[in-house]
Amino acid sequence: MGNELILKVRNLNVRLDHQGIIENLSFEVKKGEVLTILGPNGAGKSVLLKTLIGLLPYKGEIEWAKELKIGYVPQRLPFIKDIPLNIRDFFNLKGSPEKETEAILNSVGFQRDFLRKKIGDLSSGQFQRVLIAWGLVGKPQVLLFDEPTTGVDISAEETIYNLLAGLKEEKDLTILLVTHDLSVVYKFSTDVICLNRQPICYGSPQEVLTPESLQKLYGGEVKYYQHKH
Amino acid sequence: MDNQFLLSLIVGICVGGVAGFLGSLMLGRRMALVAGPLGHLTLPGIALALMYGFDVSLGAFPFVIFGIVLIWLFEMRTKLPMEALTAVVFASGVAIAFLLLPIKQAEAVLVGDITKVSFAEAAVSVILILLLFFVVKKIYSKIVLINISEELAKSEKIDIRRYNLIYLGSIAIIVALGVKMVGGLLTAALVAIPASAARNLSRNLAQYAFGAMIIGGLSSSLGILTFKLTGFPAGPLIILASTLIFLISIIFKR
Repeated sequence: MGNELILKVRNLNVRLDHQGIIENLSFEVKKGEVLTILGPNGAGKSVLLKTLIGLLPYKGEIEWAKELKIGYVPQRLPFIKDIPLNIRDFFNLKGSPEKETEAILNSVGFQRDFLRKKIGDLSSGQFQRVLIAWGLVGKPQVLLFDEPTTGVDISAEETIYNLLAGLKEEKDLTILLVTHDLSVVYKFSTDVICLNRQPICYGSPQEVLTPESLQKLYGGEVKYYQHKH
Repeated sequence: MDNQFLLSLIVGICVGGVAGFLGSLMLGRRMALVAGPLGHLTLPGIALALMYGFDVSLGAFPFVIFGIVLIWLFEMRTKLPMEALTAVVFASGVAIAFLLLPIKQAEAVLVGDITKVSFAEAAVSVILILLLFFVVKKIYSKIVLINISEELAKSEKIDIRRYNLIYLGSIAIIVALGVKMVGGLLTAALVAIPASAARNLSRNLAQYAFGAMIIGGLSSSLGILTFKLTGFPAGPLIILASTLIFLISIIFKR
């Protein structure tokens, strides 16, 4: 695999329950990039992340750089509140030493006494940050982040992306993230894949996110303006 | 205090405690009721054991394994909800048991009888239960992660099938040991009630897991003591003791 190339995907096809979910997708990720996977609900975005880390069967090629550590942040964990867990317990499940847990929680903005807080008592925004921290255990070089589509309010959402941007610099991360939120793409990503089962566009957001491609992606009119920075 | 009573008490505390401990895992995956049909399915096995005079747990065990395979197969093939499968499996178990069962011995089958446990039976049960405790302790955090999310567990490279197999095997053993204590009808309560009470009272995983174990052991000893005082069957008394603790736990819910 070429210098600095972290992930290479060629002709990826994923079928679940006899239905094509992702068709003929090819892309690459280089070290330090932020690749956003953009698309409407049901477009196969989360499926793509799960396939990349080996959770789902596929056809085609997925090639990660050798000896790469990958952190995965799932979209939601609906069953976690069935079990009385505090934050420390949750990190222990991953075998994270207490010192590391503390340091990581610190880097997402929580103090030490937070360890004893019950997961069930967290706000959705706090829980999101805890999940990111959990993904960072073991010092991964790549973080795969599946954005929750519901439940996190706008201001918390902004905090999350500011946080991710900060972590990216601090920990030298490469990030793949799933979102349906256009503004995130402009603010934050180096590359974007528009996905609606088939790939619709791929490249830097300023170049490939045209009104035409967005209309094709979401179908119908999309209220759209480009951020100028 | 006579030896027979002491033996029952020791076995009761051990089985009740570890059933509670394991139950805290089953509650997490909403599997607590699975122990129900498994318990009921053991009824024909217990009936056979009583008719031919061998150990009740020994009779129960193959039927539990059969039940686990059955539920697992049904779930794979039909995608019916768990409670429908539960109804199918447990009703069949009860029906078969009543065809086989000498009605005079029905009580021991339905509500168990730990008060006549022999020394050899007690020794085997205690050794098995200690082994089971260490196995459950070993797989505990992995199963918790699988309960939270199989995907997350897979992304941590946990061999889900292997852990599920050990987990189901542990459930089979606890059900087989539990039927001797509380009978085929009440085994689900042995795993579900202590864990439910512990969940009401705990703020972290250790409190929950070990709380369920302590409540399970405590319920067993209370039940067996009450049997000694009143002469009512021990099995139902054990369950009622845990129900009482559960009711108290609601008051102190955190």
